[in-house]
Amino acid sequence: MSDMVIEAKGLTKRYGAGYAVSGVTFDVSAGEIFGLLGPNGAGKTTTILMLLGLSDISAGQARVFGYDPMRNPLAVKRLVGYLPDSVGFYDNISAVDNLHYTGRLMGLDATERAKRIADALARVGLSAVADKKVGTFSRGMRQRLGLAEIVMKQARVAILDEPTNGLDPQASAELLDLIRSLKEQGVSILLSSHLLDRVQSVCDRLALFNAGRIVLMGTVSELGRQVLGGGYAVEVEADGGNGIAQRLLALPGVRGVEQPGPGRFRMTCGSDLRGEAAAAVVAAGGRLKQLSLDHPSLETIYTRYFQNTREIPHAA
Amino acid sequence: MRREGSPWQGLGVVTLKELSDHLVSARMRVLEWLVVLTALAAVYGAIQQIRDVTAEDPFLFLRLFTTAREPLPSFVAFLGFLVPLMAIGLGFDAVNGEHNRRTLSRILSQPIYRDALLFGKFLAGLGIIAISLVCLWLLVIGLGLIMLGVPPGAEEMARALIFLLVTIAYAGVWLALAMLFSVVFRSAATAALGTLGLWLFLSVIWPALAPAMAQAFVSPEHQATLIITAQMLARLSPSTLFGECVLALLDPTTRTLGPVYLSQLQGAVMGTPLPLWDSVMVAWPQIVGLVAASILLFVGGYVAFQRQEVRA
Repeated sequence: MSDMVIEAKGLTKRYGAGYAVSGVTFDVSAGEIFGLLGPNGAGKTTTILMLLGLSDISAGQARVFGYDPMRNPLAVKRLVGYLPDSVGFYDNISAVDNLHYTGRLMGLDATERAKRIADALARVGLSAVADKKVGTFSRGMRQRLGLAEIVMKQARVAILDEPTNGLDPQASAELLDLIRSLKEQGVSILLSSHLLDRVQSVCDRLALFNAGRIVLMGTVSELGRQVLGGGYAVEVEADGGNGIAQRLLALPGVRGVEQPGPGRFRMTCGSDLRGEAAAAVVAAGGRLKQLSLDHPSLETIYTRYFQNTREIPHAA
Repeated sequence: MRREGSPWQGLGVVTLKELSDHLVSARMRVLEWLVVLTALAAVYGAIQQIRDVTAEDPFLFLRLFTTAREPLPSFVAFLGFLVPLMAIGLGFDAVNGEHNRRTLSRILSQPIYRDALLFGKFLAGLGIIAISLVCLWLLVIGLGLIMLGVPPGAEEMARALIFLLVTIAYAGVWLALAMLFSVVFRSAATAALGTLGLWLFLSVIWPALAPAMAQAFVSPEHQATLIITAQMLARLSPSTLFGECVLALLDPTTRTLGPVYLSQLQGAVMGTPLPLWDSVMVAWPQIVGLVAASILLFVGGYVAFQRQEVRA
């Protein structure tokens, strides 16, 4: 067995004549946070359900820890913790009782269950409301209770579907911290989202979905290179000096220099030229005020990608 | 494709959870009181009636169940009406309720199959109905002991017990139907209305419609065929089956549930009771029909549930 936690090869889901997911291939290695990113209805949730064995796979194959979710869903579901999109609990019973129920379904005995539940609730910060009915919980608390269930399960991979959807900024920041702390414990995480900055802040790698296919995959900077044409963008802010722009343009490897404002320069180049740029500004007699390497943001990548390919989903 | 692991895993857990949910739910309280109060009223009426007309009757105790005193119907008539109501009340939101609370995918992502969830819910519902009916049954018998002052004979108890089992099977039919609707319809209100509508149709309208439909198919010269066809059609309704079972079990003089030919009456002494086992044999097709209907409806719900998408 490889150290791949989740492997999907050509995963396809057909509904009648249409495809919800077609030919999706990706893998998640141990201890990494992998993001599925894309607009609503792009096939993220369907992909997740196929990995869990909750939805039949029309073609292709999936392996979770080497198990086939179609053939051996119980083994898969024993190892995987799943937090569905806007998770629900039984409102008329307490948080602890809700976890006891799923704990029993996992086959944990009473003492083990009580211990794990107490630990899990403390971990997500819900100990104080453990005996309150879930009906009184806010959305953020429910999501955290859902994570507590995964912690209790001691799952080796957590699949989170839109975990921060509909949460206020503070609640979602807390949730992301919890997700990071799960990763530190060695749990691999597959998460889906359409909230870009959130995904960018936690994911190691991600796959961009569109109309049931993965159109881009890799780290954020790899995606940036693929979509934005690659290269580095160095921002320079400097006072005074003569002909800074010309000097910057003269540096080897520089493709172009823009001047978005007075005293501000933006150069695109094939490698990280911050040192050379600083030297050039000083040589021109300018006073360097700021120098930064511009990381492509996921939002830019996403927007640019869908601008470039606007016609594709309709034509397909 | 063959799947690994037991489909029963988690069945006990689901059943116990559903049982405890039912036991504390307000809906259950209402249904229990409804059943208990109306049934006791019917039995009380029956006891008054039996006292007034007490004759030498070897099956006095069974009269508790079947005697009606105006304006109340008999105990069995009440049960025939209220048991479906209770079963529908327990089953109409079994699956769509989990969908609407968004708990379904979370529960199914635990190491259990869907089989366990659906079957556990069915068992719990049937268990609750069985518990209520056994309590009611004991109450009626106790009331009869106190107010009639006559102990029941062994055969009467046996008949009453078989009647109890048949009533549970009858409840199973409606529970399975309600659960089928709860799988098919995403809205609990639609499922409840659909099941109640079908129940009213099958219990009230269908028995009246059956003879008319038979007349449409069979020419009126063939009297026997006409009656048999009407009866066959009417028996498509579980309520008819239940009524016939009750008739055969609780009235030992019932010799047949269909038309009788003269040849069949040869040597029979009119009005004499049949032995217990013969009465059961008279009702046997009906009993099998009730059990088969529950199984068929449950399988229908099962297949629909297996094919259903989990996502909301």
